[in-house]
Amino acid sequence: MKTTTATTGLILNEPLLWERGNRGRSGFSLPRRDVENASIEDALLGNGPDFPDLSELEVVRHYTRLSTWNFGIDTGMYPLGSCTMKYNPKTNEKQAGLRGFASTHPLLPAELSQGALQTMAELEKFLGEITGMDAVSLQPAAGAHGELTGMLIMYAYLKSLGSIRSKIIVPDTAHGTNPASAALCGFSPVSVASGKDGILNAESIARVMDEDTAGIMITNPNTLGLFEAHIKEIARIVHDKGGLVYGDGANMNAMMGIVDIAALGVDILHLNLHKTFSTPHGGGGPGSGPVCVTKELAPFLPIPRIIEENGMYRLSEESPLSIGRVHAFYGNFGVMIKALSYILSMGPNLKKASQLAVLNANYIKEKLKGTLHLPYDRPCMHECVFSDLHQQEYNVTTLDMAKRLIDFGHHPPTVYFPLVVHGSIMIEPTETETKESIDQFIESFKSIAEEAKKNPDFLKEAPHNCRTSRLDETEAARHPCLAG
Amino acid sequence: MKEISDLILPDNVKYAEDHEWARSEGGAVTVGVNDYAQDQLGDIVYVELPAVGDTFKKGEEFGSIESVKAVSEMYMPIGGEITAVNEDLEDSPELINESPYENGWIIKVVPTDEHELNALMDKKAYIGMLKGSE
Amino acid sequence: MRYLPHTDEDTAAMLETVGAESLDELFAAIPGECRRSRQLHLPDALTEWELNTCMEEMADRNAQSPEYALFLGAGSYDHYIPESVQHLLSRSEFSTAYTPYQPEASQGTLQAVYEYQTLTARLTGMDIANASLYDGASALAEACLMAVRITKKRRIALSALIHPFYRQVVRTYLRPAQCEIVELPPLPSGTTDISSLASEDSFAAVAIQSPNFFGCIENPAEAEQLCRKGGALLIVSFTEPLAFGLFKSPGSQGADIVCGEGQGLGIPRSFGGPGLGIFATRSKYVRSMPGRLVGKTRDLSGRQGFVLTLATREQHIRRERATSNICTNSNLCALAAAMYLASLGGTGFRDLARLNYDKTEYLKKGLAESGFTIPFTAPTFNEFVLQCPQGFKSRYDELVAGKIVAGLPLSSFHPEFAEHYLFCVTETVSRQNMDRLIKEMSK
Repeated sequence: MKTTTATTGLILNEPLLWERGNRGRSGFSLPRRDVENASIEDALLGNGPDFPDLSELEVVRHYTRLSTWNFGIDTGMYPLGSCTMKYNPKTNEKQAGLRGFASTHPLLPAELSQGALQTMAELEKFLGEITGMDAVSLQPAAGAHGELTGMLIMYAYLKSLGSIRSKIIVPDTAHGTNPASAALCGFSPVSVASGKDGILNAESIARVMDEDTAGIMITNPNTLGLFEAHIKEIARIVHDKGGLVYGDGANMNAMMGIVDIAALGVDILHLNLHKTFSTPHGGGGPGSGPVCVTKELAPFLPIPRIIEENGMYRLSEESPLSIGRVHAFYGNFGVMIKALSYILSMGPNLKKASQLAVLNANYIKEKLKGTLHLPYDRPCMHECVFSDLHQQEYNVTTLDMAKRLIDFGHHPPTVYFPLVVHGSIMIEPTETETKESIDQFIESFKSIAEEAKKNPDFLKEAPHNCRTSRLDETEAARHPCLAG
Repeated sequence: MKEISDLILPDNVKYAEDHEWARSEGGAVTVGVNDYAQDQLGDIVYVELPAVGDTFKKGEEFGSIESVKAVSEMYMPIGGEITAVNEDLEDSPELINESPYENGWIIKVVPTDEHELNALMDKKAYIGMLKGSE
Repeated sequence: MRYLPHTDEDTAAMLETVGAESLDELFAAIPGECRRSRQLHLPDALTEWELNTCMEEMADRNAQSPEYALFLGAGSYDHYIPESVQHLLSRSEFSTAYTPYQPEASQGTLQAVYEYQTLTARLTGMDIANASLYDGASALAEACLMAVRITKKRRIALSALIHPFYRQVVRTYLRPAQCEIVELPPLPSGTTDISSLASEDSFAAVAIQSPNFFGCIENPAEAEQLCRKGGALLIVSFTEPLAFGLFKSPGSQGADIVCGEGQGLGIPRSFGGPGLGIFATRSKYVRSMPGRLVGKTRDLSGRQGFVLTLATREQHIRRERATSNICTNSNLCALAAAMYLASLGGTGFRDLARLNYDKTEYLKKGLAESGFTIPFTAPTFNEFVLQCPQGFKSRYDELVAGKIVAGLPLSSFHPEFAEHYLFCVTETVSRQNMDRLIKEMSK
């Protein structure tokens, strides 16, 4: 019997936090009191929140046990398409934890925070170099925040020219944050279908682009893992009518050192440091979504900007056309340090990272295309997309196969996105997976496809090896219980 | 998902393109979504209802239905004023899955134009439409 | 390169499977006009050891305590973080995991977030809280947008004593929505003048911050009455949640939405980010709420578990009609806050809040007795405004050179307060340091 990566083992149950503890316990070392009690207006006093009291060990066991119910990149392969779950280097964590970075107050006089300001200035410079764009703001706290910032810049730029436009072109393969971000800026999304080859063609854009359209939001490579080869022509069509091209840079991992984003005609681009630049995803953040623009749009970037004068860095709000602030301070500095550490550790090897990411994805595509239906049988970039068409006759869906993958010790790929493929399975291995790890993944998927034929019911009840079986999401939505 | 031949499509209602149904009942028209709609959506978890007294034109959005993973807008099959909404759906949205034409009714409308009801499809025409879009 | 495991052998075997001769060939579909014209101009890769040296050198060029005595708050607070919290956060099952879309493999994150939601709902005195937003500023902006959605009105009354950067972020977010923002002026007491609301019914929301930017405690109950009459939602924002260990929660005073910054709960200041946007509201508004929500449910065998729920509000399903565009939020910071609150406990939270209050009062009293003016009479928590003599700026600069940062000058935020400084004291400031400050300032 072949052993798979996953097996059963001893993990412990753990109740909810307030089911633990006892009044009077503490897991915190209260600092020594060196002042008297001061008087206080009774009428203002509250009772304090109803929190449990736990000892330090109770807290440590609680969260240690919870962590054993999770699956991270450090546990096993995590091929989530468009998420770029590459290895998160531990040295990056160390750098972000240095007291001189972690304890720095954001409102120190500039001369007392030169290290922090220089860190940010260096990262801006490197991101500009990697993308080919002219100016960078690190302020947005996540990709969607970067998209909002980009949309606000588009809105402000067009307004400065006296142009109020109400629409924006969004491809049918776009991530949901694209139309959501556009709508926040008053732009109604106009959906355009990708061609049969999986990419946008210039004619379909020309048909909808007009002077009431602010521009286009385009992800390149797109969410099918395909390079939008007509992007320059599309950019020309959009620019000719006075619009702007917004690039969703979530898939930057496919192109570092190879593609010049500015040369594509992109005017505004956001990056995801928690994808391409190896900062940990954290179960849902914090991330960082820097925005890179052409020099024409630089005046609209959020304030403050970091400027250098005579070897000293400072923050400047002297930017009358700026869209303003999108974050209380300067963005997720703690995340930026990790990205900078990564870039310094990789140097020009970033290009190799992209090449190997693309190699890994194409390898999986070739090896699995007999097993799973491949809607676009051509070279992909850093991710490949399959569908569940071959398994339909057994009544097995993408969801069933994804859940079964967990039993085999792999995190499932992205499923049911993009919407243009039925039962979409989007696999992005990233460059940090070894060939053996990928071969194991391929073997697992092949086994599952066999199980689909011989024992579909077993798949429908997967996963079998997790702490819980499939959860009742219907009940959770019908009768939400959101707090204990 | 059901095959077209397995769908429950009563003869005593009219059908709209967006899969709503309408049934004339003593002066008012009762409206809901049909078996195809509830089957496609899956387990319904929430229904966003209009207020009694709201008025909409034919084709206007009057509410939405949610399953766990999807939202579907509902459009008026005929124009008119809302005279009643099915408040049972707040606690039991699954009534639409279980009984889309009876207990799972959604709104009652006093129509502004009687002719709009006649313009809706009968069962045969609706099935034809479904088959055409396959 | 230790993050790129492919040997030449691996690469050759994989290229053969793919049917390409070289790595470059994999990119053949990319038109020449789209390619970089030159190689990446980046410094050569540093070794781990060189990176340590490089980053330590940069980190050393930032002022921190204890070398510097920093009396700074204004939205970023120095609180002790237990080693146990930092250790637990470093468990890579938490930090290297993705968003818990596959609940069977993410019950750790999901239960931890459910607990965080519960703790923050209790902290703010509200029914439900979300899984986090980016920071207190964007949380306030989202609260305003939520109020606009619910009431369908397009005017917001914003207290001028909300953190100035928060107000800027609100303006940025609301500009395209064509919403009008009216600022409510300060009273001499240091709280917000809400009297103009008495005859108003056109506001979607009234937003105040408590403790406000001057550290003063506002009166949400009073604002709530006027909001109720005028059909507006009451939004109470905060930057220092520890205040609720001592003072009444905003929820207990009738707030409809409570939102603010959770950095003070076990998250390092880190030059202003990442932060933690805490967001809580009443049950009846749940479907208008932005952000992720974790709900309790059962699995096929009846075992308790947790899932992301009510996702139809969110961008990946609702797309342009979503309650927000937020996707990645501040999850690991939310976990940090929960771990911090779990470590402190309810008893510890009240004790710590009291200690902070007493320390701040000590400094306030000491400075007042040395002849400085405390211009605002309202009770404060952790922060207060000091009016310094004309021309104090030069003494301030001298103190900085002497490694004491005597508060935050308010002149750039509130030009009418040219000689005023915002002082912050937390449990990390010793009596000794406060005595030294008083002495130095009195010179």
